[in-house]
Amino acid sequence: MIKKILIANRGEIAARIIRTCKKMAIATVAIYSEADEFAPYVKMADEGYLIGPPRVNESYMNMEKIIQIAKEADVCAIHPGYGLLSENSEFARKCKEANIIFIGPSANIIEKMGDKITARKLMKPAGVPVIPGTEGAVKTVAEAKEAVKHIGYPVMLKASAGGGGVGLQTVSNEEELEKTFENNSKRAESLFGDGSMFIEKQLENARHIEVQVLADEHGNTVHLFERECSIQRRNQKVIEEAPATILSEKTRNLMGEVSVKAVKELGYTNAGTIEFLVDSEEQFYFLEMNTRIQVEHPITEEITGIDLIEQQINIASGKILDMNQSDIIHNGHAIEARIYAEDPKNFFPSPGKITQYEEPVEKYIRIESSVRNESNVTPFYDPMISKLIVTGESREEAILRLKEALGNYKIEGIKTNIPMLIRVVNHEQFKSGNTPTNFVQNFLADKKV
Amino acid sequence: MSEIKASMAGNMWKIVVKEGDKVEAGDDVAILESMKMEIPISTEQSGIIKEIKVREGDFINEGDVIAVIE
Repeated sequence: MIKKILIANRGEIAARIIRTCKKMAIATVAIYSEADEFAPYVKMADEGYLIGPPRVNESYMNMEKIIQIAKEADVCAIHPGYGLLSENSEFARKCKEANIIFIGPSANIIEKMGDKITARKLMKPAGVPVIPGTEGAVKTVAEAKEAVKHIGYPVMLKASAGGGGVGLQTVSNEEELEKTFENNSKRAESLFGDGSMFIEKQLENARHIEVQVLADEHGNTVHLFERECSIQRRNQKVIEEAPATILSEKTRNLMGEVSVKAVKELGYTNAGTIEFLVDSEEQFYFLEMNTRIQVEHPITEEITGIDLIEQQINIASGKILDMNQSDIIHNGHAIEARIYAEDPKNFFPSPGKITQYEEPVEKYIRIESSVRNESNVTPFYDPMISKLIVTGESREEAILRLKEALGNYKIEGIKTNIPMLIRVVNHEQFKSGNTPTNFVQNFLADKKV
Repeated sequence: MSEIKASMAGNMWKIVVKEGDKVEAGDDVAILESMKMEIPISTEQSGIIKEIKVREGDFINEGDVIAVIE
Protein backbone atom coordinates (compact mmCIF):
# COMPACT_ATOMS: atom_id res chain seq x y z
CA MET A 1 0.00 0.00 0.00
CA ILE A 2 1.22 3.48 -0.87
CA LYS A 3 0.55 5.83 2.04
CA LYS A 4 2.54 8.91 1.10
CA ILE A 5 3.54 10.36 -2.28
CA LEU A 6 5.95 13.10 -3.28
CA ILE A 7 4.90 14.93 -6.43
CA ALA A 8 8.02 15.77 -8.42
CA ASN A 9 6.27 18.41 -10.48
CA ARG A 10 4.53 21.78 -10.29
CA GLY A 11 1.50 23.68 -11.53
CA GLU A 12 -1.81 22.16 -12.53
CA ILE A 13 -0.60 18.56 -12.76
CA ALA A 14 0.77 18.66 -9.20
CA ALA A 15 -2.63 19.94 -8.03
CA ARG A 16 -4.41 17.27 -10.10
CA ILE A 17 -2.33 14.45 -8.57
CA ILE A 18 -2.81 15.79 -5.03
CA ARG A 19 -6.58 15.78 -5.57
CA THR A 20 -6.65 12.05 -6.36
CA CYS A 21 -4.27 11.32 -3.46
CA LYS A 22 -6.69 13.05 -1.09
CA LYS A 23 -9.54 10.94 -2.46
CA MET A 24 -7.45 7.81 -1.82
CA ALA A 25 -6.41 9.00 1.68
CA ILE A 26 -2.76 9.18 0.64
CA ALA A 27 -0.57 11.88 2.24
CA THR A 28 1.13 14.29 -0.18
CA VAL A 29 4.44 16.12 -0.34
CA ALA A 30 4.91 19.06 -2.74
CA ILE A 31 8.26 20.43 -3.84
CA TYR A 32 8.55 24.00 -5.07
CA SER A 33 11.14 26.39 -6.46
CA GLU A 34 11.59 29.92 -5.19
CA ALA A 35 9.40 31.07 -8.10
CA ASP A 36 6.52 28.80 -7.02
CA GLU A 37 6.44 29.57 -3.30
CA PHE A 38 2.89 30.93 -3.48
CA ALA A 39 1.56 28.51 -6.10
CA PRO A 40 -1.86 26.96 -5.30
CA TYR A 41 -0.61 23.35 -5.47
CA VAL A 42 1.88 23.95 -2.64
CA LYS A 43 -0.93 24.92 -0.27
CA MET A 44 -2.98 21.86 -1.26
CA ALA A 45 -0.26 19.38 -0.25
CA ASP A 46 0.13 18.11 3.31
CA GLU A 47 3.81 19.08 3.30
CA GLY A 48 5.89 21.37 1.12
CA TYR A 49 9.65 21.54 0.60
CA LEU A 50 11.59 24.35 -1.04
CA ILE A 51 13.82 22.70 -3.60
CA GLY A 52 15.93 25.54 -4.97
CA PRO A 53 16.17 28.54 -7.27
CA PRO A 54 13.64 29.02 -10.10
CA ARG A 55 15.53 27.42 -12.98
CA VAL A 56 14.53 23.80 -13.53
CA ASN A 57 18.08 22.47 -13.45
CA GLU A 58 18.45 23.81 -9.96
CA SER A 59 14.98 22.78 -8.83
CA TYR A 60 12.52 20.38 -10.49
CA MET A 61 15.26 18.59 -12.45
CA ASN A 62 17.57 18.19 -9.45
CA MET A 63 17.29 14.42 -8.96
CA GLU A 64 19.60 14.10 -5.96
CA LYS A 65 17.79 16.80 -4.06
CA ILE A 66 14.34 15.40 -4.86
CA ILE A 67 15.33 11.94 -3.66
CA GLN A 68 16.90 13.42 -0.55
CA ILE A 69 13.61 15.22 0.25
CA ALA A 70 11.64 12.05 -0.50
CA LYS A 71 13.74 10.18 2.05
CA GLU A 72 13.50 12.97 4.59
CA ALA A 73 9.72 13.13 4.19
CA ASP A 74 9.58 9.33 4.33
CA VAL A 75 7.41 8.85 1.23
CA CYS A 76 6.66 5.46 -0.34
CA ALA A 77 6.43 6.73 -3.90
CA ILE A 78 7.17 9.60 -6.29
CA HIS A 79 4.72 10.72 -8.97
CA PRO A 80 6.64 12.53 -11.73
CA GLY A 81 3.62 14.07 -13.56
CA TYR A 82 4.46 15.02 -17.17
CA GLY A 83 7.50 16.84 -18.58
CA LEU A 84 10.43 17.50 -16.19
CA LEU A 85 11.69 14.11 -14.88
CA SER A 86 8.70 12.04 -15.99
CA GLU A 87 10.51 10.36 -18.89
CA ASN A 88 13.97 10.34 -17.36
CA SER A 89 15.12 6.74 -16.99
CA GLU A 90 18.02 7.76 -14.74
CA PHE A 91 15.57 9.29 -12.29
CA ALA A 92 13.36 6.19 -12.33
CA ARG A 93 16.47 4.11 -11.63
CA LYS A 94 17.58 6.38 -8.79
CA CYS A 95 14.14 6.12 -7.18
CA LYS A 96 14.34 2.34 -7.30
CA GLU A 97 17.83 2.34 -5.78
CA ALA A 98 16.50 4.51 -2.95
CA ASN A 99 13.64 2.02 -2.41
CA ILE A 100 11.04 4.53 -3.53
CA ILE A 101 8.35 3.50 -6.00
CA PHE A 102 8.50 5.51 -9.24
CA ILE A 103 4.90 5.84 -10.42
CA GLY A 104 5.42 4.91 -14.05
CA PRO A 105 6.98 2.15 -16.14
CA SER A 106 10.42 0.64 -15.53
CA ALA A 107 13.58 2.67 -16.18
CA ASN A 108 14.48 0.20 -18.89
CA ILE A 109 11.35 0.80 -20.95
CA ILE A 110 11.45 4.59 -20.45
CA GLU A 111 14.95 4.51 -21.90
CA LYS A 112 13.91 2.45 -24.92
CA MET A 113 10.82 4.52 -25.73
CA GLY A 114 12.74 7.76 -25.18
CA ASP A 115 14.93 7.04 -28.14
CA LYS A 116 12.77 7.40 -31.25
CA ILE A 117 14.92 5.08 -33.32
CA THR A 118 14.87 2.27 -30.73
CA ALA A 119 11.14 2.76 -30.16
CA ARG A 120 10.47 2.38 -33.86
CA LYS A 121 12.62 -0.74 -34.06
CA LEU A 122 10.69 -2.31 -31.19
CA MET A 123 7.23 -1.33 -32.45
CA LYS A 124 7.64 -2.87 -35.89
CA PRO A 125 7.95 -6.52 -34.73
CA ALA A 126 5.21 -5.87 -32.13
CA GLY A 127 2.85 -5.44 -35.09
CA VAL A 128 2.54 -1.65 -35.01
CA PRO A 129 2.74 0.00 -38.45
CA VAL A 130 5.56 2.56 -38.68
CA ILE A 131 5.99 5.50 -41.08
CA PRO A 132 8.50 4.88 -43.89
CA GLY A 133 11.78 6.37 -42.72
CA THR A 134 15.40 5.79 -41.73
CA GLU A 135 16.10 2.68 -39.70
CA GLY A 136 18.98 4.24 -37.79
CA ALA A 137 20.32 7.61 -36.77
CA VAL A 138 21.60 9.74 -39.63
CA LYS A 139 24.73 11.74 -38.89
CA THR A 140 25.72 13.47 -42.14
CA VAL A 141 24.01 15.37 -44.97
CA ALA A 142 25.27 12.81 -47.48
CA GLU A 143 23.66 9.97 -45.54
CA ALA A 144 20.47 12.02 -45.27
CA LYS A 145 20.32 12.63 -49.03
CA GLU A 146 20.80 8.93 -49.73
CA ALA A 147 18.07 7.98 -47.26
CA VAL A 148 15.53 10.40 -48.74
CA LYS A 149 16.04 8.82 -52.20
CA HIS A 150 14.21 5.77 -50.87
CA ILE A 151 11.62 7.65 -48.79
CA GLY A 152 10.66 10.50 -51.17
CA TYR A 153 9.94 14.17 -50.37
CA PRO A 154 8.42 15.77 -48.35
CA VAL A 155 10.15 14.40 -45.25
CA MET A 156 10.18 15.31 -41.60
CA LEU A 157 13.54 15.85 -39.89
CA LYS A 158 13.63 14.99 -36.22
CA ALA A 159 16.32 15.17 -33.61
CA SER A 160 16.80 11.61 -32.37
CA ALA A 161 17.05 12.84 -28.77
CA GLY A 162 14.53 15.70 -29.05
CA GLY A 163 10.94 16.16 -27.93
CA GLY A 164 8.54 19.04 -27.41
CA GLY A 165 8.78 20.38 -30.92
CA VAL A 166 12.46 21.33 -30.85
CA GLY A 167 14.35 19.99 -33.83
CA LEU A 168 11.27 19.07 -35.87
CA GLN A 169 11.14 20.41 -39.41
CA THR A 170 9.54 19.60 -42.74
CA VAL A 171 11.79 19.53 -45.78
CA SER A 172 10.43 19.54 -49.35
CA ASN A 173 13.55 19.31 -51.53
CA GLU A 174 17.27 18.56 -51.55
CA GLU A 175 18.34 22.19 -51.23
CA GLU A 176 16.24 22.62 -48.10
CA LEU A 177 17.52 19.33 -46.74
CA GLU A 178 21.14 20.51 -46.95
CA LYS A 179 20.39 23.72 -45.09
CA THR A 180 18.09 22.39 -42.41
CA PHE A 181 19.98 19.20 -41.71
CA GLU A 182 23.14 21.00 -40.62
CA ASN A 183 21.33 23.68 -38.64
CA ASN A 184 19.10 21.25 -36.81
CA SER A 185 21.84 18.74 -36.19
CA LYS A 186 24.06 21.43 -34.64
CA ARG A 187 21.17 22.67 -32.54
CA ALA A 188 20.32 19.16 -31.34
CA GLU A 189 23.98 18.59 -30.51
CA SER A 190 24.10 21.71 -28.33
CA LEU A 191 20.67 21.13 -26.76
CA PHE A 192 20.62 17.39 -26.18
CA GLY A 193 24.27 16.43 -26.61
CA ASP A 194 23.30 14.25 -29.57
CA GLY A 195 23.22 15.64 -33.11
CA SER A 196 21.95 12.52 -34.84
CA MET A 197 18.78 12.96 -36.85
CA PHE A 198 15.97 10.75 -37.89
CA ILE A 199 14.12 11.18 -41.18
CA GLU A 200 10.65 10.01 -42.02
CA LYS A 201 8.03 10.49 -44.69
CA GLN A 202 5.80 13.50 -44.12
CA LEU A 203 2.23 12.26 -44.42
CA GLU A 204 -0.16 14.57 -46.24
CA ASN A 205 -3.20 15.79 -44.28
CA ALA A 206 -2.34 13.56 -41.36
CA ARG A 207 -4.16 13.57 -38.04
CA HIS A 208 -2.54 13.07 -34.66
CA ILE A 209 -4.51 10.42 -32.78
CA GLU A 210 -3.24 8.67 -29.67
CA VAL A 211 -4.37 5.64 -27.69
CA GLN A 212 -4.40 5.56 -23.88
CA VAL A 213 -3.31 2.27 -22.33
CA LEU A 214 -3.13 0.88 -18.81
CA ALA A 215 -1.10 -2.21 -17.92
CA ASP A 216 -0.63 -3.75 -14.48
CA GLU A 217 2.33 -5.80 -13.27
CA HIS A 218 0.40 -9.05 -13.68
CA GLY A 219 0.02 -9.05 -17.46
CA ASN A 220 -3.39 -7.36 -17.66
CA THR A 221 -3.61 -4.66 -20.29
CA VAL A 222 -6.49 -2.49 -21.50
CA HIS A 223 -6.92 0.55 -23.72
CA LEU A 224 -9.14 3.52 -22.96
CA PHE A 225 -9.78 4.51 -26.57
CA GLU A 226 -8.23 7.44 -28.34
CA ARG A 227 -7.71 11.18 -28.21
CA GLU A 228 -7.60 13.36 -31.30
CA CYS A 229 -4.85 15.99 -30.91
CA SER A 230 -4.46 17.47 -34.39
CA ILE A 231 -4.97 21.11 -33.38
CA GLN A 232 -1.37 22.11 -32.74
CA ARG A 233 0.84 25.17 -32.93
CA ARG A 234 4.64 24.89 -33.10
CA ASN A 235 4.10 21.11 -33.11
CA GLN A 236 2.51 21.30 -29.67
CA LYS A 237 -1.08 20.45 -28.88
CA VAL A 238 -3.63 23.20 -28.26
CA ILE A 239 -7.04 21.50 -28.48
CA GLU A 240 -7.67 17.80 -27.92
CA GLU A 241 -10.86 15.80 -28.07
CA ALA A 242 -12.20 12.33 -27.41
CA PRO A 243 -13.41 10.36 -29.20
CA ALA A 244 -11.84 11.18 -32.58
CA THR A 245 -14.53 12.11 -35.08
CA ILE A 246 -12.86 10.76 -38.20
CA LEU A 247 -12.36 7.20 -36.99
CA SER A 248 -14.74 4.43 -37.93
CA GLU A 249 -15.59 2.06 -35.09
CA LYS A 250 -13.56 -0.59 -36.90
CA THR A 251 -10.37 1.52 -36.99
CA ARG A 252 -10.94 2.68 -33.41
CA ASN A 253 -11.03 -0.90 -32.18
CA LEU A 254 -8.12 -1.93 -34.38
CA MET A 255 -5.92 0.89 -33.04
CA GLY A 256 -6.82 -0.13 -29.51
CA GLU A 257 -6.06 -3.81 -30.16
CA VAL A 258 -2.73 -3.04 -31.83
CA SER A 259 -1.75 -0.79 -28.91
CA VAL A 260 -2.64 -3.39 -26.30
CA LYS A 261 -0.68 -6.04 -28.16
CA ALA A 262 2.38 -3.80 -28.43
CA VAL A 263 2.28 -2.87 -24.75
CA LYS A 264 2.10 -6.56 -23.81
CA GLU A 265 5.03 -7.47 -26.05
CA LEU A 266 7.11 -4.63 -24.67
CA GLY A 267 6.35 -5.69 -21.11
CA TYR A 268 5.20 -2.15 -20.44
CA THR A 269 3.49 -1.35 -17.14
CA ASN A 270 1.47 1.60 -15.77
CA ALA A 271 -0.28 4.28 -17.86
CA GLY A 272 1.08 5.09 -21.29
CA THR A 273 0.08 6.63 -24.58
CA ILE A 274 0.88 5.46 -28.06
CA GLU A 275 0.77 8.34 -30.52
CA PHE A 276 -0.16 7.69 -34.14
CA LEU A 277 -0.46 9.65 -37.35
CA VAL A 278 -3.60 8.71 -39.24
CA ASP A 279 -4.05 9.50 -42.94
CA SER A 280 -7.27 10.20 -44.82
CA GLU A 281 -7.63 6.49 -45.63
CA GLU A 282 -7.58 5.67 -41.90
CA GLN A 283 -4.15 4.08 -42.22
CA PHE A 284 -2.36 4.62 -38.93
CA TYR A 285 1.37 4.78 -38.20
CA PHE A 286 3.35 4.78 -34.95
CA LEU A 287 4.70 8.20 -33.99
CA GLU A 288 6.01 7.74 -30.46
CA MET A 289 5.14 6.35 -27.07
CA ASN A 290 4.77 8.61 -24.05
CA THR A 291 5.67 6.70 -20.91
CA ARG A 292 3.79 8.95 -18.50
CA ILE A 293 0.47 10.66 -17.84
CA GLN A 294 -0.42 13.12 -20.64
CA VAL A 295 -1.46 16.75 -20.33
CA GLU A 296 -4.72 15.87 -22.11
CA HIS A 297 -5.59 12.83 -19.95
CA PRO A 298 -8.76 14.50 -18.51
CA ILE A 299 -10.73 14.07 -21.76
CA THR A 300 -10.27 10.31 -21.52
CA GLU A 301 -11.34 10.44 -17.88
CA GLU A 302 -14.45 12.42 -18.84
CA ILE A 303 -15.67 9.96 -21.49
CA THR A 304 -14.77 6.76 -19.61
CA GLY A 305 -15.35 7.80 -15.99
CA ILE A 306 -11.96 6.33 -15.02
CA ASP A 307 -9.49 8.30 -12.84
CA LEU A 308 -6.16 7.71 -14.57
CA ILE A 309 -4.04 9.01 -11.69
CA GLU A 310 -5.79 6.59 -9.34
CA GLN A 311 -5.09 3.77 -11.79
CA GLN A 312 -1.42 4.78 -11.97
CA ILE A 313 -1.10 4.69 -8.19
CA ASN A 314 -2.90 1.34 -7.93
CA ILE A 315 -0.73 -0.22 -10.62
CA ALA A 316 2.44 1.12 -8.95
CA SER A 317 1.26 -0.47 -5.68
CA GLY A 318 1.19 -3.83 -7.44
CA LYS A 319 -2.60 -4.11 -7.56
CA ILE A 320 -4.42 -6.04 -10.27
CA LEU A 321 -6.35 -3.87 -12.77
CA ASP A 322 -9.96 -3.80 -11.60
CA MET A 323 -11.41 -3.79 -15.12
CA ASN A 324 -11.56 -5.84 -18.30
CA GLN A 325 -11.60 -4.35 -21.78
CA SER A 326 -15.33 -5.03 -22.07
CA ASP A 327 -15.99 -2.97 -18.91
CA ILE A 328 -14.57 0.15 -20.55
CA ILE A 329 -17.09 2.14 -22.52
CA HIS A 330 -17.05 5.69 -23.79
CA ASN A 331 -19.91 8.10 -23.27
CA GLY A 332 -20.41 11.51 -24.86
CA HIS A 333 -17.73 13.84 -26.12
CA ALA A 334 -15.01 15.79 -24.30
CA ILE A 335 -12.80 18.62 -25.55
CA GLU A 336 -9.81 20.20 -23.84
CA ALA A 337 -8.40 23.63 -24.71
CA ARG A 338 -5.01 24.60 -23.33
CA ILE A 339 -4.80 28.18 -22.16
CA TYR A 340 -1.29 29.49 -22.74
CA ALA A 341 0.29 32.74 -21.51
CA GLU A 342 1.30 33.78 -24.99
CA ASP A 343 0.64 36.23 -27.77
CA PRO A 344 -2.28 34.81 -29.82
CA LYS A 345 -0.73 36.13 -33.05
CA ASN A 346 2.86 34.92 -33.01
CA PHE A 347 2.74 32.46 -30.04
CA PHE A 348 5.54 34.31 -28.24
CA PRO A 349 5.43 33.84 -24.46
CA SER A 350 3.78 36.48 -22.32
CA PRO A 351 5.04 36.19 -18.75
CA GLY A 352 3.85 38.69 -16.13
CA LYS A 353 1.42 39.29 -13.31
CA ILE A 354 -2.20 38.22 -13.69
CA THR A 355 -4.23 41.17 -12.41
CA GLN A 356 -7.60 39.50 -12.81
CA TYR A 357 -8.43 35.82 -13.13
CA GLU A 358 -11.90 34.33 -13.37
CA GLU A 359 -12.80 30.89 -14.67
CA PRO A 360 -16.08 29.85 -16.31
CA VAL A 361 -18.22 27.69 -14.00
CA GLU A 362 -20.78 25.11 -15.19
CA LYS A 363 -21.43 21.52 -14.26
CA TYR A 364 -20.09 20.34 -17.62
CA ILE A 365 -16.87 22.35 -17.23
CA ARG A 366 -13.72 21.02 -15.58
CA ILE A 367 -10.75 23.29 -15.09
CA GLU A 368 -7.21 22.32 -14.19
CA SER A 369 -5.29 25.48 -13.47
CA SER A 370 -1.94 26.56 -12.07
CA VAL A 371 -2.86 30.19 -11.44
CA ARG A 372 -5.38 32.42 -9.71
CA ASN A 373 -5.90 36.13 -9.14
CA GLU A 374 -2.60 37.99 -8.61
CA SER A 375 -0.50 34.98 -9.70
CA ASN A 376 2.83 35.76 -11.25
CA VAL A 377 3.45 33.85 -14.48
CA THR A 378 7.22 33.48 -14.55
CA PRO A 379 9.40 32.92 -17.63
CA PHE A 380 10.97 29.79 -16.13
CA TYR A 381 8.40 27.17 -17.05
CA ASP A 382 5.93 26.04 -19.66
CA PRO A 383 3.45 28.79 -20.70
CA MET A 384 0.34 26.67 -19.99
CA ILE A 385 -1.65 28.29 -17.19
CA SER A 386 -4.99 26.54 -17.39
CA LYS A 387 -6.77 23.64 -19.05
CA LEU A 388 -10.43 23.95 -19.92
CA ILE A 389 -12.26 20.65 -20.33
CA VAL A 390 -15.89 20.57 -21.45
CA THR A 391 -18.15 17.62 -22.02
CA GLY A 392 -21.35 17.19 -23.97
CA GLU A 393 -23.57 14.40 -25.18
CA SER A 394 -22.46 15.09 -28.73
CA ARG A 395 -19.49 16.80 -30.34
CA GLU A 396 -21.77 19.66 -31.43
CA GLU A 397 -22.90 20.23 -27.87
CA ALA A 398 -19.33 20.09 -26.56
CA ILE A 399 -18.21 22.66 -29.17
CA LEU A 400 -21.03 25.06 -28.24
CA ARG A 401 -20.14 24.74 -24.57
CA LEU A 402 -16.45 25.19 -25.29
CA LYS A 403 -17.13 28.37 -27.22
CA GLU A 404 -19.23 29.79 -24.42
CA ALA A 405 -16.72 28.77 -21.72
CA LEU A 406 -13.79 30.35 -23.59
CA GLY A 407 -15.75 33.60 -23.75
CA ASN A 408 -16.34 33.49 -20.01
CA TYR A 409 -12.69 33.36 -18.96
CA LYS A 410 -11.43 36.66 -17.63
CA ILE A 411 -7.64 36.88 -17.62
CA GLU A 412 -6.06 40.32 -17.39
CA GLY A 413 -2.46 41.47 -17.08
CA ILE A 414 -0.92 38.98 -19.51
CA LYS A 415 -1.69 37.95 -23.07
CA THR A 416 -3.31 34.56 -23.61
CA ASN A 417 -4.13 32.42 -26.62
CA ILE A 418 -7.89 32.57 -25.88
CA PRO A 419 -8.66 34.83 -28.89
CA MET A 420 -6.91 32.30 -31.13
CA LEU A 421 -8.78 29.37 -29.52
CA ILE A 422 -12.11 31.15 -30.13
CA ARG A 423 -11.21 31.67 -33.79
CA VAL A 424 -10.35 27.98 -34.14
CA VAL A 425 -13.57 26.84 -32.46
CA ASN A 426 -15.64 29.13 -34.73
CA HIS A 427 -13.93 27.87 -37.87
CA GLU A 428 -16.07 25.80 -40.25
CA GLN A 429 -13.24 23.32 -40.74
CA PHE A 430 -13.03 22.68 -37.00
CA LYS A 431 -16.81 22.32 -36.73
CA SER A 432 -16.82 19.78 -39.55
CA GLY A 433 -13.98 17.89 -37.85
CA ASN A 434 -11.71 18.20 -40.87
CA THR A 435 -8.49 19.34 -39.23
CA PRO A 436 -5.13 17.84 -40.16
CA THR A 437 -2.10 18.71 -38.00
CA ASN A 438 -1.21 21.69 -40.21
CA PHE A 439 -4.66 23.24 -39.68
CA VAL A 440 -3.58 26.05 -37.31
CA GLN A 441 -0.60 26.92 -39.47
CA ASN A 442 -2.70 27.14 -42.65
CA PHE A 443 -5.54 28.89 -40.93
CA LEU A 444 -3.22 31.58 -39.55
CA ALA A 445 -1.52 32.07 -42.89
CA ASP A 446 -4.95 32.47 -44.45
CA LYS A 447 -6.32 34.98 -41.97
CA LYS A 448 -4.44 36.65 -39.13
CA VAL A 449 -6.03 36.16 -35.72
CA MET B 1 24.37 54.99 -30.98
CA SER B 2 21.37 52.91 -29.92
CA GLU B 3 20.54 50.08 -27.58
CA ILE B 4 19.09 46.68 -28.35
CA LYS B 5 16.72 45.71 -25.55
CA ALA B 6 15.08 42.45 -24.48
CA SER B 7 11.43 42.26 -25.48
CA MET B 8 10.61 39.93 -22.57
CA ALA B 9 12.10 38.29 -19.51
CA GLY B 10 14.04 35.07 -19.91
CA ASN B 11 17.32 33.26 -19.94
CA MET B 12 20.07 34.40 -22.35
CA TRP B 13 20.50 31.26 -24.37
CA LYS B 14 22.86 32.29 -27.18
CA ILE B 15 24.57 35.49 -28.23
CA VAL B 16 25.05 35.29 -31.97
CA VAL B 17 27.18 38.41 -32.58
CA LYS B 18 30.55 39.65 -31.29
CA GLU B 19 31.72 43.13 -30.46
CA GLY B 20 32.90 44.75 -33.69
CA ASP B 21 30.49 42.75 -35.90
CA LYS B 22 28.64 44.61 -38.64
CA VAL B 23 24.87 43.96 -38.52
CA GLU B 24 21.95 44.88 -40.76
CA ALA B 25 18.50 45.89 -39.52
CA GLY B 26 16.53 42.72 -38.82
CA ASP B 27 19.59 40.57 -38.04
CA ASP B 28 19.43 38.38 -34.96
CA VAL B 29 21.70 39.52 -32.16
CA ALA B 30 20.83 37.06 -29.44
CA ILE B 31 18.42 34.26 -28.61
CA LEU B 32 16.48 34.41 -25.39
CA GLU B 33 14.82 31.42 -23.82
CA SER B 34 11.51 32.08 -22.13
CA MET B 35 8.81 29.58 -21.17
CA LYS B 36 10.60 26.77 -23.02
CA MET B 37 10.67 28.74 -26.26
CA GLU B 38 13.62 30.32 -28.03
CA ILE B 39 12.97 33.99 -28.81
CA PRO B 40 15.29 35.67 -31.30
CA ILE B 41 16.19 39.27 -30.50
CA SER B 42 17.00 41.30 -33.57
CA THR B 43 18.32 44.78 -34.17
CA GLU B 44 16.13 47.48 -35.66
CA GLN B 45 19.14 49.41 -36.92
CA SER B 46 22.15 48.60 -39.03
CA GLY B 47 25.59 49.33 -37.62
CA ILE B 48 28.54 47.98 -35.68
CA ILE B 49 28.12 46.12 -32.39
CA LYS B 50 29.98 48.35 -29.94
CA GLU B 51 29.34 46.53 -26.72
CA ILE B 52 27.61 43.36 -25.52
CA LYS B 53 26.11 43.91 -22.09
CA VAL B 54 25.09 40.36 -21.14
CA ARG B 55 26.55 36.88 -21.04
CA GLU B 56 25.09 33.56 -22.09
CA GLY B 57 23.26 32.03 -19.13
CA ASP B 58 22.34 35.40 -17.61
CA PHE B 59 18.77 36.02 -16.54
CA ILE B 60 17.38 38.99 -18.47
CA ASN B 61 14.45 41.18 -17.49
CA GLU B 62 12.17 42.86 -19.99
CA GLY B 63 13.82 46.07 -21.19
CA ASP B 64 17.37 45.07 -20.22
CA VAL B 65 20.00 46.24 -22.67
CA ILE B 66 21.51 43.32 -24.58
CA ALA B 67 23.94 45.24 -26.78
CA VAL B 68 24.89 48.72 -27.88
CA ILE B 69 25.05 49.44 -31.60
CA GLU B 70 26.76 52.32 -33.37
